[in-house]
Amino acid sequence: MSRYTAVTPGDLKAMLGAIGVDSVDELFARQVPDDVRLREPLDLPEGMGEQEVYAHLRELAARNVSTEDELSFVGAGMYDHYVPAIVDMLCQRSEFLTPYTPYQPEVSQGSLQVMFEYQTAVCELTALPVANASVYEGPSAVASAAYMAKLHNGRARFVVSAGLHPHSLQTLRTYARGFDAEVVEVPLTAELTFDGDAREAGGGRTDLERWREAIDERTCAVIFAQPNFYGVVEDAPALCAIAKGGPTAASPPVVIAQVDPITLGVLKPPGECGVDVAVGEGQALGGRLDFGGPSFGLFAAREEYLRRMPGRIAGETSDVDGRRGFVLTLQTREQHIRRERATSNICTAQALNALAGTVYLSWLGRHGLVELGELLLARTQYARKVLTDIRGVDTLYSGPAVRELALHIDGDVDLVRRSCARQGVNPGVDLHALTGRAEDRGGLLVAITEQRSKGDIDRLAAVLQNALAEAASPGDHTTGEIVGRQVVPA
Amino acid sequence: MSVQVPTAAPPERRTIFQRGAVGRRAFVCPELDVPAVAAADALPARLLRSEPPRLPEVSEPEIVRHYVGLSKRNFDLDSGFYPLGSCTMKHNPRVHERVAALPGHARLHPLQDPERAQGALELMWRLERALATLAGLPHVSLQPSAGSHGELAGALLTRAFHEDRGQRRNKVLIPDTAHGTNPATVAMAGLQTVTIQTNAAGGVDLEDLRSKVDDDVACLMLTNPNTLGVFDSNITQIARIVHEAGAILYYDGANLNAVMGISRPGDMGFDIVHFNLHKTFTQPHGGGGPGSGPIAVSDRIEPYLMVPRIVRGEDGGFDLSEQSPKSIGRLRGFQGNFGCFVRAYAYICSLGASGLRDASEVAVLNANYMLARLSQHGVAEYLPRAYGDLCMHELVLSGAPLKRDLKVKTLDLAKRLLDYGFHPPTVYFPLLVEEALMLEPTETETKETLDAFADAVAAILAEAVADPEILRQAPHTTPVRRLDEAGAVRSPVLRERLADAPQEPAHAG
Repeated sequence: MSRYTAVTPGDLKAMLGAIGVDSVDELFARQVPDDVRLREPLDLPEGMGEQEVYAHLRELAARNVSTEDELSFVGAGMYDHYVPAIVDMLCQRSEFLTPYTPYQPEVSQGSLQVMFEYQTAVCELTALPVANASVYEGPSAVASAAYMAKLHNGRARFVVSAGLHPHSLQTLRTYARGFDAEVVEVPLTAELTFDGDAREAGGGRTDLERWREAIDERTCAVIFAQPNFYGVVEDAPALCAIAKGGPTAASPPVVIAQVDPITLGVLKPPGECGVDVAVGEGQALGGRLDFGGPSFGLFAAREEYLRRMPGRIAGETSDVDGRRGFVLTLQTREQHIRRERATSNICTAQALNALAGTVYLSWLGRHGLVELGELLLARTQYARKVLTDIRGVDTLYSGPAVRELALHIDGDVDLVRRSCARQGVNPGVDLHALTGRAEDRGGLLVAITEQRSKGDIDRLAAVLQNALAEAASPGDHTTGEIVGRQVVPA
Repeated sequence: MSVQVPTAAPPERRTIFQRGAVGRRAFVCPELDVPAVAAADALPARLLRSEPPRLPEVSEPEIVRHYVGLSKRNFDLDSGFYPLGSCTMKHNPRVHERVAALPGHARLHPLQDPERAQGALELMWRLERALATLAGLPHVSLQPSAGSHGELAGALLTRAFHEDRGQRRNKVLIPDTAHGTNPATVAMAGLQTVTIQTNAAGGVDLEDLRSKVDDDVACLMLTNPNTLGVFDSNITQIARIVHEAGAILYYDGANLNAVMGISRPGDMGFDIVHFNLHKTFTQPHGGGGPGSGPIAVSDRIEPYLMVPRIVRGEDGGFDLSEQSPKSIGRLRGFQGNFGCFVRAYAYICSLGASGLRDASEVAVLNANYMLARLSQHGVAEYLPRAYGDLCMHELVLSGAPLKRDLKVKTLDLAKRLLDYGFHPPTVYFPLLVEEALMLEPTETETKETLDAFADAVAAILAEAVADPEILRQAPHTTPVRRLDEAGAVRSPVLRERLADAPQEPAHAG
């Protein structure tokens, strides 16, 4: 008898007797051919008690520097927002934590109604009429939307803004090889474009002219991010209008936008910009960082795409007594019914994470999302000002930013980041290390959340200034102790 | 004296959007500690939202009551037996939740510098090694988000393998017993499914396989034991036939819970295996996710594995590497569902080598005991087993006689089980079994629970003989009764209809 099993010697005797075999081994000997049976024990350690398991995992966790251990401005797709206690409490309830997909709706009304509420919230955020009950996460949601577009119009060419998150772009390329599609990248405008209005100033947006040139009648879908990976707010209505106008107006490509839901209290929702399919990473909405997952991918679209959407969808109906109820619906899209003609292969998605998102959005409420967005905007503007006041720090792209900004550092970003880390601050993401793009050399992507106060931003500025000075002066500062719990070997 | 018990009529189930009142809130925004910036000063009006999204206006206590109330309308594994076939609904140990919630895990940013995320990378590396050992295949990627995502990885790896050899192979062989995700995945990878028949023993029909294997076949996708609960005794022959044709063998690991430490896919000849951490390694199912679907592969597939890969340096430190020129790329953001890795790793630590084997042994013992109990008089006449005399970790019965003799469908039996306090087994799958009923008890159930379930099935079949209408009208005791699914499809209502402003509070609910 091992952990979590419960067969006593008495049970075993009775059970073997009922089955009509002499031993458990006989059950296998009669079914599994000898030549594929493993004859030696698994090459793994023996089991541990709960207390030892906890101690071991705790020891591993202590060798990570989390956002509780340092002042972190790291974002680039996942963000250190505050997660209210009710999210944890509700997600840990057995009734939500331990069932599976609601195949039996009579005993799954809780999960199904949560899906229905989640879909409603996503439709409200995006101003699009239909949403599914979640897909895996952000970048694969982009790729799934592209697959849906391919099923929709049968074309195989994707025009993609270089402002898409590099992981989204890489994931799309991986998927696109599967459906033999081409991916064409449209660059961002260089810095120093200026059309007279300060609010419109700055580079780092998808180049509208190149965007126009890239779209042709073979184009299946166009894809951009709002705000883009560099934190710059795109001219989304213009990107949509170009895709839907011009020579391809008779049969335009599907317009797909990857949106950051936390900005949608402030930014014009994709449905009002002309976007057909909005997808996004849901982690910012009440999700843990969890070193990258699990989170959820949101997926909303115009009505004409409903029957090609991937994933579970909950719908309202009534029971035989006329009571309101909810069911999984439009299942003829799905793999368990339609097999090779399914609109996606997705089965298990992210129901628990979508519950967290639903609770979080209820907690923020109608005005809270706007207030939070405005707070992030104001702090981002403040950070831009105090950080670019430092000698050797400038904006990489000065286009409008609402929650994250790309800086250019006159110095070795790696050295500067290490120096900041020794002072207890993680100043953001080394852009070039993540994207590999030559134009991102010297780039630092700084994310702002409501957990980073003015005082924190001021501290970042001071530490960054210090680090730049240190990096500029020769000396042995690349080794030694890093603030946090871990000592990095020299 | 009779005491009157107030019986509230079941309240109309209002959604969170129908609760609350204008001006209510739970969130208190942190203080504006920097100079105010009006959105209109920062951005042109055409990029700004004009109206706030119509999210709920509710207080925190209302949110808690609402969702706790909803939770009580769910059946869950912590409340009762959940023998959903092919889903491995085994107990979810709570120590896993505790270790996953440690700030060093839960609040670790995925782009933290590898040198300051050594604990996380070591955990992933150790999990990779353990999964490799269980699979009998040397290389692992933890990246896929769920089983179906692992399948997509496998299909794309298969293509990359053949294309690297200058071949474009288009066909994937899939038995008719396979999960629906298999053919759906094949289509997403730009390949065509060719269906293989099942033989009288419930395994792959070798003649059919031989007739369909040719040099256009990229891969065979197989679940072993398969969805009938049958271990294919011809597996070595199958592997030889497929490999001789130059094709790849893919193992759908959905049923790995039957064979941990008993038999390894790598030893059977498979090149690629996916794991479902939410099944075999007890990541809680969450009402439909999150899952996690790592894959293990052989040496010849390794060059094409997804990036980033975890590498261990000579100094024993861990890093993430993108250096892999033949890699298919990435399938998602960051490194995968790390929260699931923590739980799966904790589970493997708890059970260890012999505990994992014991889990599979008891899973198979429990399934066979259930099969024996359901072979009793009064049951087997109506619900005979579909194939074989023994089973692996799950069993498939056919409700065909029940339907023929008593005009009661498998669905009716399933719905009546709800009244008895059990989650029904998987129904109408696998597709080749008429009126199929697929049970997977798992190893964490006691004999008493298995007996109670078998007794309930016998009692329900007795009811079916006496008064089949009880079953046809079931369930009778659930929060709602049978729902109009056809109506939901005919006129889809997929979101709450909202007035322009939230409603004033109407009445308690």
